[in-house]
Amino acid sequence: MESLTLTDVEQKYYSDLFVYCDTDNTKKVASNGKVLDLFRAAQLPSEVVLQITELCGATRLGHFGRSQFYIALKLIAVAQSGLPLRVESLNSVKDLPLPRFVVAKNEQEARHTAMYPDLENQGPYQGVIPRPPGRGQVKKVSAHEVIQPCVPTPDTTSPVVSPHQSPPTSPHAWRKHKRQASGGNVERPPVVVAGAVWTPFREAQSGPVVVGDGMWSAHSPPPVQESWVSLKDTYPPSSSKMIISICYFPLNVSLANEIQRQSSSGYDDPWKITDEQRQYYINQFKTIQPDLNGFIPGSAAKEFFTKSKLPILELSHIWELSDFDKDGALTLDEFCAAFHLVVARKNGYDLPEKLPESLMPKLIDLDDSAEVPDQAPDVGYSGSPVEVTPNKSPMPSLNQTWPDLNQGNEQWETFSERSSSSQTLTQFDSNIAPADPDTAIVHPVPIRMTPSKIHMQEMELKRTGSDHTHPTSPLMAKPPELSEETKLATSMKFVTANSGKCQGMFHYHKELRTIAVCRSNSGTSPEGLKVAAAPPPPPPRPNASHSRSSSLDMNRNFAAHPTGPQQSGVVACPPAIPPRPLPTQTSGPHSGHRSDEGLAAHSTTSPQQIPEQPNFADFSQFQAFAASDQPSDDGEKHPESLPVEKSTEGAGPLRTVKIDNQEDRAAATVNSAKGSIMAPPPKPVRRRLKSEDELQDEALPPKSNVIATVLATLPSIPRSVGKDKKAIQASIRRNKETNTVLARLNSELQQQLKDLLEERISLEVQLEQLRPFSHL
Amino acid sequence: MAVCIAVIAKENYPLYIRSVPVQNELKFHYTVHTSLDVVEEKISAVGKAMADQRELYLGLLYPTEDYKVYPSHMIIVYYTPVCMFFILIENILLYRHTRYGYVTNSKVKFVIVADSSNTSLRDNEIRSMFRKLHNSFTDVMCNPFYNPGDTIQSKAFDSMVSAMMVQAS
Repeated sequence: MESLTLTDVEQKYYSDLFVYCDTDNTKKVASNGKVLDLFRAAQLPSEVVLQITELCGATRLGHFGRSQFYIALKLIAVAQSGLPLRVESLNSVKDLPLPRFVVAKNEQEARHTAMYPDLENQGPYQGVIPRPPGRGQVKKVSAHEVIQPCVPTPDTTSPVVSPHQSPPTSPHAWRKHKRQASGGNVERPPVVVAGAVWTPFREAQSGPVVVGDGMWSAHSPPPVQESWVSLKDTYPPSSSKMIISICYFPLNVSLANEIQRQSSSGYDDPWKITDEQRQYYINQFKTIQPDLNGFIPGSAAKEFFTKSKLPILELSHIWELSDFDKDGALTLDEFCAAFHLVVARKNGYDLPEKLPESLMPKLIDLDDSAEVPDQAPDVGYSGSPVEVTPNKSPMPSLNQTWPDLNQGNEQWETFSERSSSSQTLTQFDSNIAPADPDTAIVHPVPIRMTPSKIHMQEMELKRTGSDHTHPTSPLMAKPPELSEETKLATSMKFVTANSGKCQGMFHYHKELRTIAVCRSNSGTSPEGLKVAAAPPPPPPRPNASHSRSSSLDMNRNFAAHPTGPQQSGVVACPPAIPPRPLPTQTSGPHSGHRSDEGLAAHSTTSPQQIPEQPNFADFSQFQAFAASDQPSDDGEKHPESLPVEKSTEGAGPLRTVKIDNQEDRAAATVNSAKGSIMAPPPKPVRRRLKSEDELQDEALPPKSNVIATVLATLPSIPRSVGKDKKAIQASIRRNKETNTVLARLNSELQQQLKDLLEERISLEVQLEQLRPFSHL
Repeated sequence: MAVCIAVIAKENYPLYIRSVPVQNELKFHYTVHTSLDVVEEKISAVGKAMADQRELYLGLLYPTEDYKVYPSHMIIVYYTPVCMFFILIENILLYRHTRYGYVTNSKVKFVIVADSSNTSLRDNEIRSMFRKLHNSFTDVMCNPFYNPGDTIQSKAFDSMVSAMMVQAS
């Protein structure tokens, strides 16, 4: 043999190959079997191989020594370059490209040469080294490259990949290089595939690999056909699966190869479906269900996938993963995902715990149901779209495994997991909905706001009895226009019937609404608040803002005040609007007292007035009230129109619960307002029974006093018709006072409302967190 | 707090039983079995089929003092038959086991055995647990590869049950 001079690259490459072939680890002799396989992989005609073997001297020696091996390799390179095989060409040919070997690679196999025994050359495939989807086996360096989501279970069941074609390997090789642990290889041009094939065989030698690859890129011709040959550990199922598909589905070889080719063209996502694969899936789908927009029923899908001869348990798991909407049928996307998973499983890939991103069915826009089949090419690559369907099965393993590859898509999966379908929402609502029938949502009950003795008396009773003073009784009827004028109008008061007291919670309404006239609820009648039926048309029902707190607030309300006599009983029935004039009137005399103690006094007076039950619709009472009750300590009272007074007065009682202690003047204003209100018909003021706990707990006690004070002033409407002017002025004053008091109360309550809402939101969030499956 | 969760088929054989403290599994099986009697009794008492899910919730079955020294667990028995019943059995012992039953319309029974020594589960919580179980069970049923009558081997179902048991405990 002539001496062989090798370039450094060649030297390295050859030594790598020799090591690869040196199955016996003799360092001297390459096993014949391996060498021959290698030569076969060189894709040279057999006679050329024989010639090479002879030339290198192995025939003589009977084995491949290192030198023979190197010579053989060189001759292979020569032959592949198309040069005639001559011994002298060994050294004469310059810049000879490295011999290329087409091999289905399997790194760990290569290392252990275990793959060779496993070689299953299928008929059409020649010189193919089976490439097990070495999932778990991280080949050499790229430990972190294990893309397989599953545990390494070397299940090299995949049959040989057919390399005999020349698929575009570039992307594949590129991908492989990417897989390479060595970071520097990432950008390596895919060309080097062949070199890459052997690189895995070099353990922990990213250096040489790099070099080799670099050399390859320098030398290799563009057609990288061979490159696709060996997929690295991250062998995407797409490539191998096609083989599997060949196995058990009537798939023609070409398609399999094609698909395999395509698989290499993908990038990092091993679960991505290539175009060919998708097309194949679609074709299979059509055999079952001609309509691409239709569904494959579960039974048909079961039969179809049973043909794959996978264990039922695995098929069941695949179904769980792929049936995204859990409807027992497979759409095209679901079918493709299922098919993909089946093929992957057949190729030895473990099934993921949750559906991979790229396999998630694209959500169908509600307005575009026909797009499902169209996106077949897109789905595989683009990952799941933004919309999300509830996905129950992956949900538990949401944060689990789908490893590095889909990190970018984690948020999609998370989103999908989190996306709550209506189911979630309903569940949430149902959870929130009070189970207790007592906590019925109280619809607004018109409350008469016109002052009345009875009402005032009731207010007094309430004040003394509990935190909740009768919020509505003292309030004067308030015409709608008044409500608009005053800030007080922003809150609505709802009264729920209770046993004996006016029970009102303020509910702040963002918009100016119907505070209008509130009838004195319960009319201070001992029998409880009864909304008068007669009064003018009730104000519009509270809007959604009330519904928000309906159940919750009710719960809280009742929970917080289980004891208060007035709170109990809530509002099973709309409280009647009691006539109010008496209480207000009776408390009229006390309207002058604006202190807290005065409130008590007022309270005491109001009950006395309760039985009077003046005709609430009798505005003359207001006049009298206004005339008689001149709390005049607030000179700044409003010379406003009656409506204003009325509104303030109405607001006063509304805010009874919330009026601050210092809002003494409000009482006066309320009273004045009450007294002066004549023209506007009393309108029931809706009161919400439930109020935030804080409101009740904190605000009510302090405010109730104020309110009581205010209310106490309300019933100051004298029965008899007083002097108009004076009464008007007095009532104006009172109304103004009430107005300010209520306005302050309003703001405070709104603040409380905000706080409560925030608290509620935080609790809800906590609840949702604590109930991971609530959205099942 | 759900220490044991069991799914009993219509014919009263278990489709799925899982308990958290593995050592007492046999006792849980026994508990579930005894719960079945109570469930059957409630079912028969109900009479006509009830579609209302509220009535499917059986609630506490009956107080028993059988169990000692081991934590009571709520056994969720899935009854898919007519209705769901919660069977709640309280053990007066060290740890109380509260059993809740739930029966579905197809006579599959769910039994949850919970440890009442912990914060007692609210009724709503139990109901929500049963609802989740029912949903997961439905998903399992929807799988065409699942033959009714087989033991439930769904990973999703397992994970859901695990989460429930972890959450409850």
